[in-house]
Amino acid sequence: MRKISYAQAGMEALIEEMRRDATTFHLATSAPAELVDEFGPERVRATPIAEGAFTGLAIGAAGSGYRPIVSWGMVTFSFVAMDQIVNQAAKIHYMFGGQAKFPITFRASVGGGTKLAAQHSQSPYSMFMNLAGLKMVLPSTPYDMKGLLKSAIRDNNPVISFESSRLMGFEGEVPDEEYTVPLGVADTKRVGSDVTVVALAWLVHEALAAAEGLDKEGVSVEVIDPRTLVPMDHATIRASVQKTGRLVIADEAGPTAGASAEIAAVVTEDGETFSKMKAPVKRVCALHVPIPYSPGLEDHVFPNRDKIAAGVREVLTAG
Amino acid sequence: MTLTAEKQLEMLRSMQTIRRFEERASDDYREGAIYGVVHCYIGEEAVAVGVCAALNKDDQIISTHRGHGHCIAKGADLKRMMAELYGRETGYCKGKGGSMHIADFSIGMLGANGIVAGGIPIVTGAGLAAQLEGKGRVAVSFFGDGASNAGPFHESINIAATWKLPMLYVCENNLYAAGTAAADTLALGDVAARAAGYGIPGVVVDGNDVLAVYKAAEAAVARARAGEGPTLIECKTYRWRTHTERPGQTDPRPQDEIEAWQQKDPIKRLADNLMAQGLLSEEGWQKMDGEILAAIEQAVKFAEDSPFPDLEAALEDVFAE
Repeated sequence: MRKISYAQAGMEALIEEMRRDATTFHLATSAPAELVDEFGPERVRATPIAEGAFTGLAIGAAGSGYRPIVSWGMVTFSFVAMDQIVNQAAKIHYMFGGQAKFPITFRASVGGGTKLAAQHSQSPYSMFMNLAGLKMVLPSTPYDMKGLLKSAIRDNNPVISFESSRLMGFEGEVPDEEYTVPLGVADTKRVGSDVTVVALAWLVHEALAAAEGLDKEGVSVEVIDPRTLVPMDHATIRASVQKTGRLVIADEAGPTAGASAEIAAVVTEDGETFSKMKAPVKRVCALHVPIPYSPGLEDHVFPNRDKIAAGVREVLTAG
Repeated sequence: MTLTAEKQLEMLRSMQTIRRFEERASDDYREGAIYGVVHCYIGEEAVAVGVCAALNKDDQIISTHRGHGHCIAKGADLKRMMAELYGRETGYCKGKGGSMHIADFSIGMLGANGIVAGGIPIVTGAGLAAQLEGKGRVAVSFFGDGASNAGPFHESINIAATWKLPMLYVCENNLYAAGTAAADTLALGDVAARAAGYGIPGVVVDGNDVLAVYKAAEAAVARARAGEGPTLIECKTYRWRTHTERPGQTDPRPQDEIEAWQQKDPIKRLADNLMAQGLLSEEGWQKMDGEILAAIEQAVKFAEDSPFPDLEAALEDVFAE
């Protein structure tokens, strides 16, 4: 099968969906040449650097029968549009009694490892998970990127696609033929029997690398990628933990009120799963600090394969 | 263009409906049948009615926290409005929105909005949709003098001007942003003067003269439909009531200022004008008012007779299918 990058997979999803549906159009502070060439400047608009305004524009156009795709670039810039995201996009369907649909796809890159310091190294998806009314995906492979983004564009709700900065150049197999990945379905990236590692985005790959090393020590690790944060596939995560009895959660975000905390609750609040647990949950997350610039410091605050492996050994020792 | 008597009588009816609806909503709010907060538009009726009279049904508008007037002027159903205020399942938002969030997308009313300036980008997106669609529809943003100081106003108008979106930006300058005088927060006397910074027409209108508002809106709509871009219309007007209907609010506005503006009642002005032209009799005016009061009574009865939402409905409509 051909291999393309994570970033290319995202672009393919946009091109295919914009061909498929004439009500789609693209808003971002720069217009991607690949899209302008095929779809023209009417449907591929370069906006002023005014995230609040163009996020709101997408909401109004969506409520008027269109299917906008908005790229904020880095998630950092989404914060400039917080009123439109939090007070408007998340609530407008419910608040108006469901009378109109707001199909919008927002794209934002997340994560660190790029030496861009605190403002441009963020993984704040749990801030958005805390709001009712937004769906969100977090792909870890080119295959998932393309399939999830296509599903996001077709969904009749605001969906945020959080995309890992570290994975933009990462290549993986993507079929030539049409496919989608449904929202709300986790993927078992590696089957194992001793410990479940639920990992997000870039850390899926770090967890897989850790699993290979641990395999040599005779430890069998299962790696679950939720892929969609809202709605989250509770059943797959719980079933894996029921099988292994041990859970490590790996997230590039900090731990406090994070997606990792939500995953821990999903597992431990479920009596059937909890009764089969042999050890406390272990989270392997970034330190709870703004991300620092200097290379040694940056690496120090982020989780990685070694920290995941240490977490796995810890839950094995605990029970 | 001279308006027909019939059209002017419709505008009179619409303005009086807004006033009577809000008088009743205020009473029912104070009696506890309506919850949360109610912001009355009384005194400013000529703005919503004058602008909406220049629109077609499929043109779109967005409102503010002070939204009843825009709903009624765009043709919303009084029963479903009142039921929403009463928190009933037959309301426009199935009882999930209340006064600050009434919307009726079927008539192009994209909602009242509880965030000052929050609706301006959204309705600009409706204008973008209208442009992409290419059928000559226009979109109208209603907002106050307070919103004209916020980023979304400037960002949205810049986009609309650059892309020549078919938009009307209608500032209802009632001289106060809640309790703060506009003079304390605007360096220029006229909000409309800001249009020059975006290269679009800025027009100042007597917002208590519904015919003047109509005329300005009609010209702006023609410009928008012709693909020439947006217009900023500033309507100078005044809110007769306190910021909200909550009793016991402090109101910094001088009593003589309030009374002076009440002398410029936009409804009486149009009614007197029509009578002077022999297009309306005192008897006809009383009859019209009686019909309006009866319609509002029916709306209240509809609301009172409607059930509150089932509790299971709390989990419905978080997401669309």
